[in-house]
Amino acid sequence: MRRIIAVLLENESGALSRVVGLFSQRAYNIESLTVSPTNDKTLSRMTITTDVVNHAELEQMMKQLHKLVDVLRVTELTQSAHVERELLLVKVRTVGSEAREEIKRTCDIYRGQIVDITQHLYTIQLTGVGSKLDAFVATISDASEIVEVVRSGVCGIARGDKALRG
Amino acid sequence: MEMLSGAEMVVRSLQDEGIEHIFGYPGGSVLDIYDAIFQSDKIEHYLVRHEQAAVHMADAYSRATGKVGCVLVTAGPGATNCITGIATAYMDSIPLVVLSGQVPTFWIGDDAFQETDMIGVSRPIVKHSFSCRTAEEIPMAIKKAFYIAATGRPGPVVIELPKDVQNPLNKFPYEYPENISLRSYNPTLSGHKGQIKRAVAALVNARKPVLYVGGGAIIANASKQVLELAEKLNLPVTNTLMGLGAFPGEHKQFIGMLGMHGTYEANKSMHNADLIFSCGARFDDRVTNNVEKFCPNAKIMHIDIDPTSISKNIHADLPIVGSVEVVLQQMLDLIEETQATNDSESINAWWDQINEWRAKDCLAYKTSDTHIKPQQVIQSLYKVTKGDAIVTSDVGQHQMVAAQYYPFKEPRQWINSGGAGTMGFGLPAAMGCKIAFPDRPVVCVTGDGSIQMNIQELSTCMQYNIPVVILLLNNRSLGMVKQWQKMFYGGRQSHSYMDSVPDFVKLSEAYNHIGIKVDKIEELEPALIRAFELKDRVVFIDVAIDPEEHVYPMQVKFGSMQDMYLSKTEKTDA
Repeated sequence: MRRIIAVLLENESGALSRVVGLFSQRAYNIESLTVSPTNDKTLSRMTITTDVVNHAELEQMMKQLHKLVDVLRVTELTQSAHVERELLLVKVRTVGSEAREEIKRTCDIYRGQIVDITQHLYTIQLTGVGSKLDAFVATISDASEIVEVVRSGVCGIARGDKALRG
Repeated sequence: MEMLSGAEMVVRSLQDEGIEHIFGYPGGSVLDIYDAIFQSDKIEHYLVRHEQAAVHMADAYSRATGKVGCVLVTAGPGATNCITGIATAYMDSIPLVVLSGQVPTFWIGDDAFQETDMIGVSRPIVKHSFSCRTAEEIPMAIKKAFYIAATGRPGPVVIELPKDVQNPLNKFPYEYPENISLRSYNPTLSGHKGQIKRAVAALVNARKPVLYVGGGAIIANASKQVLELAEKLNLPVTNTLMGLGAFPGEHKQFIGMLGMHGTYEANKSMHNADLIFSCGARFDDRVTNNVEKFCPNAKIMHIDIDPTSISKNIHADLPIVGSVEVVLQQMLDLIEETQATNDSESINAWWDQINEWRAKDCLAYKTSDTHIKPQQVIQSLYKVTKGDAIVTSDVGQHQMVAAQYYPFKEPRQWINSGGAGTMGFGLPAAMGCKIAFPDRPVVCVTGDGSIQMNIQELSTCMQYNIPVVILLLNNRSLGMVKQWQKMFYGGRQSHSYMDSVPDFVKLSEAYNHIGIKVDKIEELEPALIRAFELKDRVVFIDVAIDPEEHVYPMQVKFGSMQDMYLSKTEKTDA
């Protein structure tokens, strides 16, 4: 079961390593992890996507995260309505104006943006859920040669009134 | 405001925290702190011979007193030598603060002399850690460290102190914080009211209940509540290895230790119970045996201050997060208020069944004309000390025999490395206890393998005159390893015997201690009597025991709780 855990924690040195260490120490799976300070600079917000075998494992994982002294709040996003997004940056090699046209068209369809160009390279930016980014990468690889791909990992937030605050 | 250097702040903060004893070893990066200790008359420092022993001493000091233990070591190897000690304390939830030196901040990351990333190395085995990058941070870091170590589920906390931060030439205003609150850390102490109600109802309605009491009950000082609850409802009580002493070992409702080397009646009662009420125990694999076959008919009630311990190995039907002491008191108050009682008829029938299991007398053993049995040694120890000694142990057969044959009267009397199983724990642990309680008899029950893992501390005993008794159950082999090899590895004794055990009497004498060799059973009791009469000397009693003796009962691997070997020839029906 894929699950998304949001964590609010003290923005202190060592806090990230404690979270990452916990996952390796307890043999939990991390598919992606993103972290950045929030509007309150003393706090960081982390989004972890993981694959758990059952609810008991998820519950134990969340309790273990909460047990870390630096951690203020832990919540799971997929159990209720939520928004999740990932950022993709991809650099592709293009030769000939026809191929360039095709890439531009594909970008438009996926609502991506070309953010940098050279004589032979386009750098494209795209946000969305993971499956959309997968589909885009598959499509674009038919029209061009992919040189480099970087993905941010998932950022998530609950829909509606729910909020994760210090 | 008073102006102090970083080094002075460390010592003053410890003083203001009420620390009287610290255990440690100096070195380059903590010389400024040691200089400040030299000038303090409030803190007594014990110089060990290996940093691991300093941590075990502080750890046992804490186990015996309930206070936080404190260690001071230098950077690099000084710090890494503490790791086994820290892991030992972590596994048994013992509050410690370990102060370790570090290279100056401007060298960190340069692979400087004696640089080790102690925060990184210790991370998986500490409750929390701090690295002070300025002197001004020191008082708050120390305050937080002691608070975090002691509260909630206790555990070790490491503070790293780079050398430049301690600089005696730079003075800063010093104030030790009085109170502290951390927005991200608020342990729950009292139980949820609804859960308390449900727990009382489940407990009084149970027909075959067992009170399963662990180390958490000792840490929470909940023995009084455990006793009151058990007596009020006539409940059978079993203790884990870590919980021994939480309930009196000679009480008629005590059915013995449970688990891998637990009694027949304790393991049988667990397996056949309809309600298991765990108080500060964590369903460790050495208790449950195969979790798939664990107590098939039992409803599980579990009090624990650490939510992660609940439903980790065994699903709790009725979880209560909180301190064992507070939660049990809440339950007792509710029982008092509602005059709740259980059905004495079904409880009596349950006791009849338990007494039938008890009658098997699973701890009975055959004596021999030629060999001293380890069980005899522990029983003699019990007799000579009248059950009043603080007993520390190392790890192996002797540890299990001590746990089985010395009925502990009270909490904090049995000091052993239960979770980590650290050989070499016993001697420094006994020293830590003796420093805490100079007037009480303290004995280290050990084996010929374990004692040699920290035997250098005989020197520390000499320096500070720490008169502990060392009771060595010498079978000239790594007994527990050998037992497993005999039982499960076709008897191939791969590296489990020692053909060069030293002369421990001479070794003790080399450190100006008294050594006594015991080869015959009739020499045993006089040796013990003499050892405890010599109140100002370390006495090392080397008892030659039967090298072929095994520890029984022993649970059958992958079986249920009630599947046990009862002797070399007898096994319960599968």
